[in-house]
Amino acid sequence: MKYIYRIQAIVSKELIQLKRDNMTFAMIVMIPLIQLLLFGYAINTNIRHIPVGVVDYSQTALSRVLKQTVSATQVVTFNQEYLNVKQGEAAIASGEVRAIFVIPEDLSQRLARHQTIGFASPPATDEETSRPVAQWIVDGSDNVIAAGLKSLRNMPLAELLSKPVNRSTSTFEVTLLFNPEQRTAVNIVPGLVGIILTMTMIMFTSAAIVRERERGNLELLINTPVQPIELMIGKIIPYMFIGGVQVFIILTLGHLLFKVPISGGLMQLALATTLFITASLALGLLISTIAKNQLQSMQMTLFVLLPSILLSGFMFPYEGMPDIAQNISEILPATHFMRLIRGIVLRDAEVTAMGYDMYWLTLFTLGGLVIASLRFKKNLD
Amino acid sequence: MSELVIQVNNLTRKFGDLTAIQNLNLDIEKGNIYGFLGPNGCGKTTAIRMLTGLLKPSAGTVQVLGFSLPKDAEKLRMHIGYMTQKFSLYDDLSVAENLNFIAKIYGLPRTQQKQRVNQLLDTYELNPQAKQLAGSMSGGQKQRLALAAAVLHKPKLLFLDEPTSAVDPENRREFWEQLFDLSDQGTSILVSTHYMDEAERCHKLAILEQGIKRADGSPNDLMQQMGAHVIEIAAMDLRQLKQELIELPDVISAAQIGARLRVLIKKAITEPLNYLSQQAVVNPEASLSLVRPSLEDVFVTCTGDSRQ
Repeated sequence: MKYIYRIQAIVSKELIQLKRDNMTFAMIVMIPLIQLLLFGYAINTNIRHIPVGVVDYSQTALSRVLKQTVSATQVVTFNQEYLNVKQGEAAIASGEVRAIFVIPEDLSQRLARHQTIGFASPPATDEETSRPVAQWIVDGSDNVIAAGLKSLRNMPLAELLSKPVNRSTSTFEVTLLFNPEQRTAVNIVPGLVGIILTMTMIMFTSAAIVRERERGNLELLINTPVQPIELMIGKIIPYMFIGGVQVFIILTLGHLLFKVPISGGLMQLALATTLFITASLALGLLISTIAKNQLQSMQMTLFVLLPSILLSGFMFPYEGMPDIAQNISEILPATHFMRLIRGIVLRDAEVTAMGYDMYWLTLFTLGGLVIASLRFKKNLD
Repeated sequence: MSELVIQVNNLTRKFGDLTAIQNLNLDIEKGNIYGFLGPNGCGKTTAIRMLTGLLKPSAGTVQVLGFSLPKDAEKLRMHIGYMTQKFSLYDDLSVAENLNFIAKIYGLPRTQQKQRVNQLLDTYELNPQAKQLAGSMSGGQKQRLALAAAVLHKPKLLFLDEPTSAVDPENRREFWEQLFDLSDQGTSILVSTHYMDEAERCHKLAILEQGIKRADGSPNDLMQQMGAHVIEIAAMDLRQLKQELIELPDVISAAQIGARLRVLIKKAITEPLNYLSQQAVVNPEASLSLVRPSLEDVFVTCTGDSRQ
């Protein structure tokens, strides 16, 4: 029974200290709130209004209509005109525009012979007669921007000449489940739960034992009958509640502001997040037993945080990573949680169907706690 | 001979090339207040840490309350109290919260916990500060809180590492009264200090220097068995006289105390007064008198040996 007493003692001590630490207390609420608003609105992979310039060698009514048709797609905004391609390329290099739209002198001829809208019948196919109507010169260094412009490659031009739109049949039909409107926030918000928990949970606990050492409290603690595992568990429990509060804030606001559907069961959600919170806390404690001071524990937290953001599948799909990166990604608890929470929140998946990820998080938590307890020596050697 | 609470044989501790404690032997009897007297860095804290099981000895054996260390350190914890040199309770917890925390850690049942904490608040006059944060208290109040926390579980043996280094003389007096109260109730106490007046209050003490025990025994025995005569000289120009006297081979040390010069002379000189008055540097009109040795003289004599 004494161990319950001792764990309880550590928990209530941590809670009192937390209550007195206004800054930390504010961060618990403000971090998820601000990050959610920031990322929810900021991260967007649907590119709109890319600033571009135009080099119009044609200078005809037709070229102006072509420009308007392109601009009507909202993918680009024409805000510069250049006299020649050279000037335009210089503007791309200086970052003034992302691409230039080059309209050739013989625009009307090219249009007339174009295979989909041209007047030639049967459509011309050889190189001589079938040429693109105009050219995009694009800053290809950012492939998301480049992909946005590439999507214009086959834009229909029928409207341009007030012709009826050709009904073409796609090779494949694609049905999008769960996020048919392709809104980025739907994928980002549940992922953000994982990132914010990684950040706050590891940060809080990684400082936990280091702080006691820095303030001299550790010499007192190790002279008492308290056992390392009791200390670890006692330090984790308060933060589990805090993690729960943060998850609640993110998902509720995500649902209200960004209309992220919460399809899965709340029990499933609670199970997966609790497991992830404990895994992050265990990792934080482990860092805490390695770091010598709070600055070191902060640096180690960042060392874990960056891969968790970039490799967990939060920003870039796991499937696109090379094997080595996938292996690193598999070690991170954030990766497994990313799959779990997206599964539960967006696809109404059952945790039992994602047993592997649950398994790994459990293993990680237990392993982390045991190693942290073993590393925590009750002496000053 | 009464029961021993601490028995140490040839205890040695090295930190790399530095030997912090060298071949220390101690027999500390139950119910005593035992003092470690020595300058900063002489190994007092290292010795205490080894006796509480916080540091592993490089060599030698340690028996505390019958437990051999460091093997049984965990079993010993319930029976000892330890007041660290630096205040180690939580600054951001109130006095009562700190004591309640310690009570729970030591597994006191809820009813006893409240009773014991109230009792300690009374004994150590901390009732007015019960709700105050520990970090905002004065040195003396912090020290009383630390002592209260160290004795909360009624340990048989109490370790105090320089407990009075941050408090004023008034508080030191009261603090020692409280130590004698504890001693009277049967608690054995080991206290380290660099104050002579405090060392003099101990039942027994050991003088440590550079990790080596130079002398031990009761303050009175130490003063009587001291290997030096103490002579006080009242004369003019004491600074000059001091410089000249310490050059003499049989003079251990000379220190100015107000208008007099306190000179320690080796025991080998049988007639110290004559010896001194015959020295050319001593003005024939100066008044010389043989005085009772103090603990400081003992300390200087013991530790002076090693430097010569």
